[in-house]
Amino acid sequence: MHPAPSVILFTTLSGLGFGLLAFLGLGYPGVTGWVAFVFYAIAYGLAVGGLLASTFHLGRPERALKAFSQWKTSWLSREGICSVAALLVMALYATGAVFMDSHWRVLGIIGAALSLGTVFTTSMIYTQLKTIPRWNMSLTPLMFLSFSLAGGALLAGQESLAPWFLLIAGAVQLAYWVQGDKAFAASGTTMGTATGLGDRGTVRAFEPPHTGTNYLLREFVHVVGRKHAQKLRVISLTLGFVLPVLCLWLPTDSSMVKHLMAAVAVLSHLAGIAVSRWLFFAQAEHVVGLYYGKR
Amino acid sequence: MTELPTTTDRKMGLVIDLDTCVGCHACVISCKGWNTENYGAPLSDEDAYGADPSGTFLNRVHSFEVQPAATPAQPDPAAQLIHFPKSCLHCEDAPCVTVCPTGASYKRVEDGIVLVNESDCIGCGLCAWSCPYGARELDLAAGVMKKCTLCVDRIYNENLPEVDRVPSCVRTCPAGARHFGDLGDPNSEVSQLVAERGGMDLMPEMGTKPVNKYLPPRPKDQIEDQVDILAPLLAPVTEDAGGFLGWLDKALDKLPGQSSGGTA
Ligand code: SF4
Ligand code: SF4
Ligand code: SF4
Repeated sequence: MHPAPSVILFTTLSGLGFGLLAFLGLGYPGVTGWVAFVFYAIAYGLAVGGLLASTFHLGRPERALKAFSQWKTSWLSREGICSVAALLVMALYATGAVFMDSHWRVLGIIGAALSLGTVFTTSMIYTQLKTIPRWNMSLTPLMFLSFSLAGGALLAGQESLAPWFLLIAGAVQLAYWVQGDKAFAASGTTMGTATGLGDRGTVRAFEPPHTGTNYLLREFVHVVGRKHAQKLRVISLTLGFVLPVLCLWLPTDSSMVKHLMAAVAVLSHLAGIAVSRWLFFAQAEHVVGLYYGKR
Repeated sequence: MTELPTTTDRKMGLVIDLDTCVGCHACVISCKGWNTENYGAPLSDEDAYGADPSGTFLNRVHSFEVQPAATPAQPDPAAQLIHFPKSCLHCEDAPCVTVCPTGASYKRVEDGIVLVNESDCIGCGLCAWSCPYGARELDLAAGVMKKCTLCVDRIYNENLPEVDRVPSCVRTCPAGARHFGDLGDPNSEVSQLVAERGGMDLMPEMGTKPVNKYLPPRPKDQIEDQVDILAPLLAPVTEDAGGFLGWLDKALDKLPGQSSGGTA
């Protein structure tokens, strides 16, 4: 799949933003006043910024409101509804925390659930696609949720929880890669089944239907850059999980160093997740490539 | 609404004969022509006269080569070239319809045709992601999703002569490789054709239940022992010349020096 920057940005930032909102809704940290304002500003910046970025890849963004109508069947529609609901509920909860010095517990829990629900619905947009075996796995939603929780814990300053969440997310990431590498073969789809000619012999793409490129090749067949995949995986694991955990576990007494390390951990995590998301798209092979003898 | 109908009154679709398709791409061009001039946004081209042209098409023809495995009876089987037209298969269980967030993509109850309501489409592309067959292309000029309409604006069009009330690609195909009809009616011509020729589904494992069927190519003709029809005429008439010529041949062979032909 073509790794569109808008979608990578969207899933990375909004995943982190909704993760932070979930922690805030649950009262970790139970901040109020100006401190709460800063926390919520960061969370909303990430979540809303991500959502806005996702509209950049639409052909007709001015009609985006129509996308809320098909919640009965469409995960994309459910994501839209869930994200707006989460943002509204958490806005109410944030008002209480910032201006009234109070935490409306039930509202916060609902907001947290909706925030995680948004991450889950996002992941299901990808997971539901049988055409992309590497996404069509139960590890996909697990990966999105564990990343969001780890990033959220990190941003929420949960020093004792965050390293564990990060380690779990790293393990899920590894498992996702291991299973993902086998997914296409396991799907059973080949040039033989795509053309129905497989029983007669070895099928080879002899001539493509067009001499130039087209929407399908641009969108679904992304081969460039995959050769660096292994290196990028190491980079993503290191930046996304290992380095942040080391930063958090670094024994230090100075609060200056502590804050600096926390900032490094957040930035490093963000970069690592972005690399992982790039790989998530760039390595995903769509079965339509088989008609072109490509993957 | 993007809920799929549980059943459709008819299952209109195409039957594509991989045995007769000659790969001329006439259906590709007639499809582009009809669907640019009629229903919905035109099928645009980008950089049409430049170095890197590309454009939106609803029907494309691939060519595949199939190399059968060697068997004791056929140690050296010939490869077969198969031209392979591909357009929307109007699937019964169409994933492209259910993923659509706006309701722009839908499957008609009356005839099973899968269409896009272009004024509702936001161009998110998710339906194209969900289609295993690459049957949907986002038009870059209009920003909306384009797909085969089964020429819905021809097949019921009373302004056209009756002979033209079939899809443009079917009407155009010079080899008669594309057939149109109701695949839900077991007595229709297309259904009979599918039954007779063992029509098949593409990627059945995807669970899309395509309405369109493909007729497999017939086995390739066997090459007989004698291919060269002129060979018998060129065979030597006599092995050994007799009489004067025979004496001359022998005499010349006896002369010193390299003899270039025959046996000494
Ligand atoms: S061929 Fe593709 S676009 Fe057509 S109905 Fe099936 S899934 Fe949808
Ligand atoms: S591109 Fe248009 S038709 Fe396709 S899923 Fe998106 S809104 Fe629906
Ligand atoms: S039925 Fe019409 S729209 Fe579909 S491929 Fe044929 S000509 Fe194109």
